[in-house]
Amino acid sequence: MIRVVLPYHLRNLAGVGAEVSIEVAAPVTLRAVLDALEVRYPMLRGTIRDYGTGRRRPFLRFFVCEEDWSHEASDVELPEAVAAGREPLLIIGAIAGG
Amino acid sequence: MSKVRVLVGTRKGAFVLTADGKRKDWTVSGPFFAGWEIYHMKGSPVDPNRIYVSQTSGWFGQLIQRSDDGGKTWHQPGLPDEALPAPGPPRALPNRFAYDASAETGKPMTTHQWYDGTQHPWEFKRVWHLEPSLTDPGTVYAGVEDAALFRSTDGGENWRELPGLRGHGTGPKWQPGAGGMGLHTIILDPSNPDRIFIAISAAGAFRTDDGGATWKPINKGLVSNFMPNPTAEVGHCVHHVAMHPSRPGVLFMQKHWDVMRSDDAGDNWREVSGNLPTDFGFAIDVHAHEPETLYVVPIKSDSEHFPLGGALKVYRSRTGGNEWEPLTKGLPQKDCYVNVLRDAMAVDKLDECGIYFGTTGGQVYATADSGESWTPIVRDLPAVLSIEVQTLE
Repeated sequence: MIRVVLPYHLRNLAGVGAEVSIEVAAPVTLRAVLDALEVRYPMLRGTIRDYGTGRRRPFLRFFVCEEDWSHEASDVELPEAVAAGREPLLIIGAIAGG
Repeated sequence: MSKVRVLVGTRKGAFVLTADGKRKDWTVSGPFFAGWEIYHMKGSPVDPNRIYVSQTSGWFGQLIQRSDDGGKTWHQPGLPDEALPAPGPPRALPNRFAYDASAETGKPMTTHQWYDGTQHPWEFKRVWHLEPSLTDPGTVYAGVEDAALFRSTDGGENWRELPGLRGHGTGPKWQPGAGGMGLHTIILDPSNPDRIFIAISAAGAFRTDDGGATWKPINKGLVSNFMPNPTAEVGHCVHHVAMHPSRPGVLFMQKHWDVMRSDDAGDNWREVSGNLPTDFGFAIDVHAHEPETLYVVPIKSDSEHFPLGGALKVYRSRTGGNEWEPLTKGLPQKDCYVNVLRDAMAVDKLDECGIYFGTTGGQVYATADSGESWTPIVRDLPAVLSIEVQTLE
């Protein structure tokens, strides 16, 4: 199971806690994880990736194993620690005022 | 006994204020969608328990919410709450607003004018205004930024653009106002289902007479001195337009500067600012039972968005414009520096018409006597973006 940590407003939207677990078929890439997340929680469609472009919304960032993956290509495989469920994918809202 | 339900959209959530017909004791519920910007919420005139909400965020984009029980519970139209979705393509995409540039139905994606005069691509940002159909609770229109008009015929589950507006030809001359290039006003003509009026900052007012297929600018008579050609066909910063349902050919407009009136469905406008101390402002509305009685909230200027002299005054005209009287009883007359935004005024339909407006300071003021005296229903909400009122039997 892949672990994903969601920001506060998306947790509320999906009705879940801080972290969710979803099944993702290999290869485990950012795109595959986000696709699976949106299938399991359809209310999140469009909130993380723009509908039109499919790209990360500008004020969101992705962190994995203490590294910034916000600008990685979405088809790059995530680290084995994420694929094995030891580390989560963190989806974080950029800090930008009140 | 009649009831009143006031729908308040704020910078940090939605609130529902309810009272009986006396309008003295109010119940406040909310915040709903706490922390999100609620640009607008409005109930269906056919089914008042059905309320549509525009929920938006700079981080997470646009969502549409709907209540079918008068605001007690909410859901994104067409999405399951808890259960796993069915396999296959999703049935509903309630927050997908895709401009229609298809060969079959759409218009080419042009560019619009940017603040510096260069051309800029159209980009969807948010829904400013939701206007439910007068006859079908499942049909609702959405005015969006960057300016375009969308329609859903399945209760908000899926949206299609009416591309004849954005693509009618003057798009490259439209430009964003200070708050963005939003389509903020949608007025459905109760006497003619094919006629819709809309307004955009800063493009102007437009009308369709064929159900949204084709549109024409209706800005003749508007004068905007910030434009190279002050009487150009488009480019005017129209802040809001109001209409009394019994006289759909008569329109009242609060422009960036100037209060305007049209007696021919927007074909021609004339200024009716009259004796207003300043004719800059955002909100304008018409008394529920007196089609010649108007309300505006004058704001000092385009550079100073607060009441003149720090005194909050609603101005009323009982002559369809030109002659205005200040209404001040119950409103702060010193040290008041709030704004009243374009969609933040509405009227109820009780025998003694109630008028409501919200401020950027979080107050919602109400009058139950056509404006003679005002009382704050609430004082400390987040900045109010929109107000709508439902009169319930």
